[in-house]
Amino acid sequence: MCLEGSYRTLNRLRRREAWTGLAFVSPGVIGLLVFAVGPFLASGLLSFTNYNLLEPPKFICVANYILLFHDHRFYIALWVTFYYAIVSVPLDLAVAVGLALLLNQRVCGLGIFRTIFYLPAVLPPVATAVLWNWILNPDFGILNAALHFFGIPKESLPQWLIAPEWTVPAYILMSLWGVGTAMIVSLAGLQDVPKSLIEAAILDGAGTWARFWHITLPMISPVLFYNVIQGIIGSFSYFTTPFILGQGVGSGSGTNDAGLFYALYVYQQAFSNLNLGYASALAWVMLVIILLLTLLIFRSSSIWVYYGGERR
Amino acid sequence: MSQALSVSTHPPQIGSPRPKVRPGRVVSYVALIVLSIAFLIPFAWLVLSSFKESDEIFLFPPKWIPTKFYWSNYIQATTVIPFLRYTLNTLLVAGLVALGNVLSSAFIAYGFARFRFPGKNILFIIMLATTMIPYQVLMVPQYILFRDLGWLNSYLPLIVPAFFGSAFYIFLLRQFMMGIPYDLDEAALIDGANAFQRFRYIVLPLTRPALTAVAILSFQGAWNDFLAPLIYLDDHNLFTLQLGLNLFKGSFRTDWNLLMAASVLTMLPMLLLFFLAQRYFIEGITFTGSKEG
Repeated sequence: MCLEGSYRTLNRLRRREAWTGLAFVSPGVIGLLVFAVGPFLASGLLSFTNYNLLEPPKFICVANYILLFHDHRFYIALWVTFYYAIVSVPLDLAVAVGLALLLNQRVCGLGIFRTIFYLPAVLPPVATAVLWNWILNPDFGILNAALHFFGIPKESLPQWLIAPEWTVPAYILMSLWGVGTAMIVSLAGLQDVPKSLIEAAILDGAGTWARFWHITLPMISPVLFYNVIQGIIGSFSYFTTPFILGQGVGSGSGTNDAGLFYALYVYQQAFSNLNLGYASALAWVMLVIILLLTLLIFRSSSIWVYYGGERR
Repeated sequence: MSQALSVSTHPPQIGSPRPKVRPGRVVSYVALIVLSIAFLIPFAWLVLSSFKESDEIFLFPPKWIPTKFYWSNYIQATTVIPFLRYTLNTLLVAGLVALGNVLSSAFIAYGFARFRFPGKNILFIIMLATTMIPYQVLMVPQYILFRDLGWLNSYLPLIVPAFFGSAFYIFLLRQFMMGIPYDLDEAALIDGANAFQRFRYIVLPLTRPALTAVAILSFQGAWNDFLAPLIYLDDHNLFTLQLGLNLFKGSFRTDWNLLMAASVLTMLPMLLLFFLAQRYFIEGITFTGSKEG
């Protein structure tokens, strides 16, 4: 009798707790539905339509996806993005880890060095793009002046961002200036490597290289894994810099579309050409590519990523 | 890079007693200093170019130090384009976005951190999964939604979503709140505080460091954002600084000195924020890497 009463009280309390919790998360649920899940599904539907904002969307089945296979600019966008990602993701990661290793040696002035390396990553991308446009200016920029100083004759200086073959390399170069974020994440990973492991390895006579290869690298592999995925997503949604630097050159994407990054192409189709259905199809292909690559890296991660508590 | 790696690959013998100044250490410092200079050169080039006269801009090989510092470049850069107006516009948008993110994400995070309700974990996972969706997928339907609401050419599409929370900040704040001992909530509960009071007077004040990080990161994100303002704002009077700088670039294609001055001005507030609050930037970023990785 008494027990039953307390059960009922307990149930009432549980229910009340649930409702209160739901009340707190409800703005998040609304936001999730209206700004993420809804648009996500709508985008999928739109990709099967022809829509130009003025007339109502017309269902055209998979025509957009078929069109995509015959669209040479789609292939260019894929190529530019892959080229950029394949070089810049590993390169930036190596530089980020290299900088983090240097900073992790308990150097004096750590704060100053960290600030210098991290600073470019927090600045507005429009301003940094404008700055790099001037640095990379083939005729009056500081980079070609330096190359000339080191003996490259004037006529064979790279035509950064103007010659198609020097467009993606210019973006890769610029990406190096923004490794700060990956460096900070890597540094945090390095600082989490237990000192005891390193000391044990020293006692066992492991040299610095052996310690780096057999202890540090495996211990920070989850961080590397995270950075690789971020790098891939970043390459596919890389927009502001290519937009700013491509303006006024070719069709807004550099000479012969050499700077036509995928996200830029989606934007052009959606808001310059008003092919909103086709842009949605492009965006979905991008999503699928990102998911496939992530899955691939996830699958491979059991080989190269070490998680502390994992049982084998 | 090869320099950076070689530092750690060929150190002095380990195992023998360490000498006071290890050559490896010297190499590290040299590498750090050389790399720092490489990272700083673009800034130096930016600032020095911004003071040059237009004749001195087009020289090859370039001249580093301007013969005369033209402060008037800055005046010109801020008057040919309504820079003050754009700055105020950007402050308004970024300020409201930060406010919205702090208020709503804290509120939502509290629900996830302190209550049990059916479907909570699934909801949380879906919320985190949406952070994987690239903006390119969402931007077209969001544009259509905001057009149907009549919000085009206004700040509403930039600001309103922030008031419904952002998955990443909710995650960050939830983790932080879960580290706050339950005893305090229970004591307040016994004293008769309701859920909102416990949130407002117990948990929220203790979450302040994380709230500051959310405020700063979302302010920075909104200040630097280009794509969303580009999509939604047409009226030049409504432009944010990033759109203004882009407009500037389009109309003064070859006045690099003025463009550099304008770039310095749009960077300045972020530089200031970074120097004042570097800790929060680093904590926010470290959090992402360690928790999601």
